[in-house]
Amino acid sequence: MEFKPVIGLEIHVELATQSKMFCGCPAYHFGVEPNTHCCPVCLGLPGALPVPNKKAIEWTIRLGLALNCRILEESKFDRKNYFYPDLPKGYQISQYDQPLCVQGKVILKEGQEIRIRRVHLEEDTGKLLHTEIDGEKCSLVDFNRSGVPLLEVVTEPDFRNSQEVDEFLKDLQRMVRYLGISDADMEKGSLRIEPNISMRENTKPKIQIPNYKVEVKNINSFRFVRKAIEYETKRQTELLEKGETPLQETRGWNEAENKTVSQREKEEAHDYRYFPEPDIPPLNFTPEEIAEIKKQIPELPEEKEKRFIKEFKLSPYQAGLLIETKKLADYYEEALKVNGKIDGRKYSSPSEIANWLINRKIDIKTTSPEKLIKDVIASKEVMLVSEAEMSRIIDEILTENSQAAADYKKGKTAVLGFLIGQVVRKIGSQADRQEITRRLIEKLGVF
Amino acid sequence: MELSDLTLKKARAGLENKDFSAKELVSATLERIQKLDPKISAFLTVCPESALKQAAETDELIARSQKLKALSGIPFSAKDVFSTQGIKTTAASRILENYIPVYDATAIKKLREAGAILIGKTNHDAFGFGSSTENSDFQVTHNPWNLNKVPGGSSGGSAAAVASGMGVFSLAEDTGGSIRQPACFCGVTGLKVTYGLVSRYGVIAYGSSLDTIGVITPSVEDAAFLLGIIAGPDPLDATTMPNPIPDYLESLNQGIKGLRIGLPKEYFIEGIDPEVKQSLDEAVKKFEKLGAKTESVSLPHTPDAIPAYYLSGISEVSANLARYDGVRFGYSSPEARELEDLYLESRAKGFGPEVKRRIMLGTYALSAGYYDAFYKKAQQVRYLIKQDFDRVFQKVDLLLAPVSPFPPFGIGEKAEDPLQMWLADIFTVTINPAGVPGLALPCGFTKNNLPIGLQLIGPQLSEGVLLKAGHAYQSQTDWHKRRPSLSA
Repeated sequence: MEFKPVIGLEIHVELATQSKMFCGCPAYHFGVEPNTHCCPVCLGLPGALPVPNKKAIEWTIRLGLALNCRILEESKFDRKNYFYPDLPKGYQISQYDQPLCVQGKVILKEGQEIRIRRVHLEEDTGKLLHTEIDGEKCSLVDFNRSGVPLLEVVTEPDFRNSQEVDEFLKDLQRMVRYLGISDADMEKGSLRIEPNISMRENTKPKIQIPNYKVEVKNINSFRFVRKAIEYETKRQTELLEKGETPLQETRGWNEAENKTVSQREKEEAHDYRYFPEPDIPPLNFTPEEIAEIKKQIPELPEEKEKRFIKEFKLSPYQAGLLIETKKLADYYEEALKVNGKIDGRKYSSPSEIANWLINRKIDIKTTSPEKLIKDVIASKEVMLVSEAEMSRIIDEILTENSQAAADYKKGKTAVLGFLIGQVVRKIGSQADRQEITRRLIEKLGVF
Repeated sequence: MELSDLTLKKARAGLENKDFSAKELVSATLERIQKLDPKISAFLTVCPESALKQAAETDELIARSQKLKALSGIPFSAKDVFSTQGIKTTAASRILENYIPVYDATAIKKLREAGAILIGKTNHDAFGFGSSTENSDFQVTHNPWNLNKVPGGSSGGSAAAVASGMGVFSLAEDTGGSIRQPACFCGVTGLKVTYGLVSRYGVIAYGSSLDTIGVITPSVEDAAFLLGIIAGPDPLDATTMPNPIPDYLESLNQGIKGLRIGLPKEYFIEGIDPEVKQSLDEAVKKFEKLGAKTESVSLPHTPDAIPAYYLSGISEVSANLARYDGVRFGYSSPEARELEDLYLESRAKGFGPEVKRRIMLGTYALSAGYYDAFYKKAQQVRYLIKQDFDRVFQKVDLLLAPVSPFPPFGIGEKAEDPLQMWLADIFTVTINPAGVPGLALPCGFTKNNLPIGLQLIGPQLSEGVLLKAGHAYQSQTDWHKRRPSLSA
């Protein structure tokens, strides 16, 4: 019997708002001295009340719209009840049956449709630190993260393999960054991914979801998401082939051993006793308000990529690299504007500029678009006046230094530097070192 | 200066005319507490130092003939559910025995900013759970009219303090009658406001969708004055209403000619104490004499209001009280080694039996499989109760009803039977699920000299009308002026 993976994702994104979800404390907490960004509200002191952060709500709707979701006219917050020391109120304010956004979808490159079940907003918890003080084991709590706005995206189990998951996650991360709502950094924990994995029999209709699922937590990179999925599909297939059904459980990714390990068995669903948060009135949105939020959405990476290919005649490879970050894409377009003002043979094609940006690993923070275009032109000038000349000089140097050339071909590559130096000396200050190197190697290869 | 019948109005006039200084007023109040409170036990905390210091500052301002603020130099008490910066706030529960808040509740802040001086924190049923103040983990408060009787609850300490002249007024909280019923039992005036009119920020929560902040005062006029100060939207409480606050004093003397008052038949039922019934009947006649028109009306869902109220309240309680876990503040079991033991032991020892009862029932009502039958059903009934009020207020402007079916009962009399105690709230809990305001006024005394009270109930944000009607009644009666004779 053959088995096919059925994979769904739960993704948490910490929003980069100035203040926390329900109070005025700074939301930034990475590397901050413990318990310095807190107040009665996010410490759950008696009598303190939550007041929802409007920006976080708008930003969640922004992502929902970008994921083609429907925005509910009436949404509300609910209390999710459980005890844990990092949860100061004894309940997390989350959203249960009326999330902000529902029923979205994303189409992957190969055409596979991934349905988005919901996008909702909740608050993050504090952080536990298990340590030793004066030789005694103890647990400390840092509440800086408590109450930081946390957005959750839940997909339907539409992924068929780890590549699809990888593509989706990279697209989502880029989208979140384009929207400017989070740095979506997995290492900092501002992007957290929990895949749900199970295997179905190939012969059964696709609609039939397996009767168990395994959730994997504690994954802090895309690579480990892939590895965890691959490990799980293998592990579960082996069990199924033996005629066993894998346990419904939560497993953790163990980086050192490259495998998932059982954390707790989910024998029965935890009873969180959700009920509507009485301290926050329901949220209502008019079509006009949603249209207003939609206006704030910039051109998204996918559209931008298509436009770059069409408008600038770039290859999908070039376009894909340039849209990786909004900053780089904007920089490129800025450079094209400068380039557009230049006439004649000094004018470079968008593709040439794209290559320059891509191949030379330009630091766009320190190089202005104007400087970039100047550099491109300068390089051409060098090329234009001395292309034939350069070829002649290189031949000359190689003849003069035939021993060095022979050494290079025997594998003594260190002599290359010496040869480059000789050529540069002959050409003078206008020499383009990179170009010389390229040609030298080319010539040495066919010598 | 006679503290026993000092109203807010008189106290303000006395300070303004320099009949007495703020220091004299505060010192006299503190002395009175020292003399009387050992018998009454209204206070959990008294703050003489900060009160005297603030009084001295007020007198300095007066000496420099600066304009007095609305409540400059007025000593007041607050139920111990109001967070007070630097002053112990216990919710009358062991679990918060040594908890000192780092911030002031919004209502406290507003009163302080108006110049009022906090003299102490008053006793009540722990977390507001009760109708007699016997559920306090620390002490039982005695009714100043008869020390063997309960002062009502949950704000029994506040009502007893005002009735015996220990502070000019008291800031309190009403979830299902916790202002009106003790005000009634102690012969003073109690105002429960429209849900969302006064900020709940900093008030230790009972049932978040039912809790309202109000005052217990010597007169309706005083309540009107204070409401103007504490009411209004608060950026720290998302459930406060954005509406501007009217001048409650302006309409106070307009009289009630033509006012339509409904007498809900569900509140005038068999089983009401005959003396209570008689006082109510006389009060109705008085209102008619003042120009009001009365008629019998019906609120058919009243019997369902009690289960709806308790189910909503305790469900919210089960979540609201989860934060008392022994981790960050309050009682923390020193013996616990493991996390689960810390939770179990801290809560087992920190909470009293009534608190545990409500947490357990609330947890049950929200549990999977029971949610629809209990919590959800209660929310549906709340909607019906609201509709009852909406409908009746198309016909009449106000409702008049008893506050309690019986006069103050004996200490210990109902303490053994929790259900009996829950039913003591029968006429007060009904309005909280609808969020409408109520005003409790003294309207007579029993043969045994125990206070009897009535309540006026109005539609949302009808405080102006309620206060106007209450004031009209108090202008023609002197029940509210009677004070218990307390031999010091």
